[in-house]
Amino acid sequence: MSNNVHAEAHVHRDDIRSRMGMWLFLFSELLLFGGLFLMYSVYRYLHQQDFSIASKEMNTFFGTMNTVILLTSSLTMALSIAAMQKGKRKLSIFYQSVTILFGLWFLINKVIEWSAEFKKGNFPGSAILQSRPPGQILYFGLYYSMVGLHGLHVIVGMSVIAYMLRLTIKGIINKDDYVKLEAAGLYWHLVDIIWIFLFPLFYLIT
Amino acid sequence: MENIKSHSGHKHGYGIYILVWLALVTLTALTAAVAGINFGKLSIVVALVIAMVKSYLVLTEFMHLKMEQKAFKMFVLVALLFLLISFTLLFSDYSSFVR
Repeated sequence: MSNNVHAEAHVHRDDIRSRMGMWLFLFSELLLFGGLFLMYSVYRYLHQQDFSIASKEMNTFFGTMNTVILLTSSLTMALSIAAMQKGKRKLSIFYQSVTILFGLWFLINKVIEWSAEFKKGNFPGSAILQSRPPGQILYFGLYYSMVGLHGLHVIVGMSVIAYMLRLTIKGIINKDDYVKLEAAGLYWHLVDIIWIFLFPLFYLIT
Repeated sequence: MENIKSHSGHKHGYGIYILVWLALVTLTALTAAVAGINFGKLSIVVALVIAMVKSYLVLTEFMHLKMEQKAFKMFVLVALLFLLISFTLLFSDYSSFVR
């Protein structure tokens, strides 16, 4: 402990294990989404024609824009940690706030996109969707459940970052103790990675 | 010794993050642009390879995996290996499925 270059050597804390705990949680998230990706791939394999027809109805513009939004939010999240490491608290607060706003922008786009789909009658259980071939019903079912679950993760991520923002303002997260912010960042980046795969699977591959 | 590493091993400049972001956005533009081209069965492969490259960048740079201890990298590799095994077993079963 005497080797610790920081003044808080007496504080009982283990940042490596904290981050490892977060990674273990992320693996459980991998299992959750991994199972859904397995389901998607099998149904795509069994209903190639229907998946191709249904995926052509997706709005690639919104999909691409949302990808860039999430990637940029990942950048601002990483920058907020880098700023905190340098002791630039206000800059870190700025980047954390921007990250939350990008998350909100992503969700607003999703609302616009889904409203348009709902107007066309493409929502789970609707008579119009039920009259379509089984493969297309499966495609939209997977689309709404996987993208919806991802959207919930975006909401949770935004809430966690908002809490980190509060801790940063209160000074609990500071230059010498920012592992909580790192853990929140890990979660946010995982949500980004999941979208990196959802985007081509639902929007691009036809 | 570990205490030092746990804390100061992660210092990052802003520059590398902006470069990684530029690469990620470029790859997104690329994958969206080539989606219009019909590669046949290869289309899925191209889109997934680009997605994997993007994920690799996020994992190593944004999630700091590059500078973590070896155990972290092993954990991630094992987790991904088991996901790969799941896909392989599932498709070895379904590829013999007669439609």
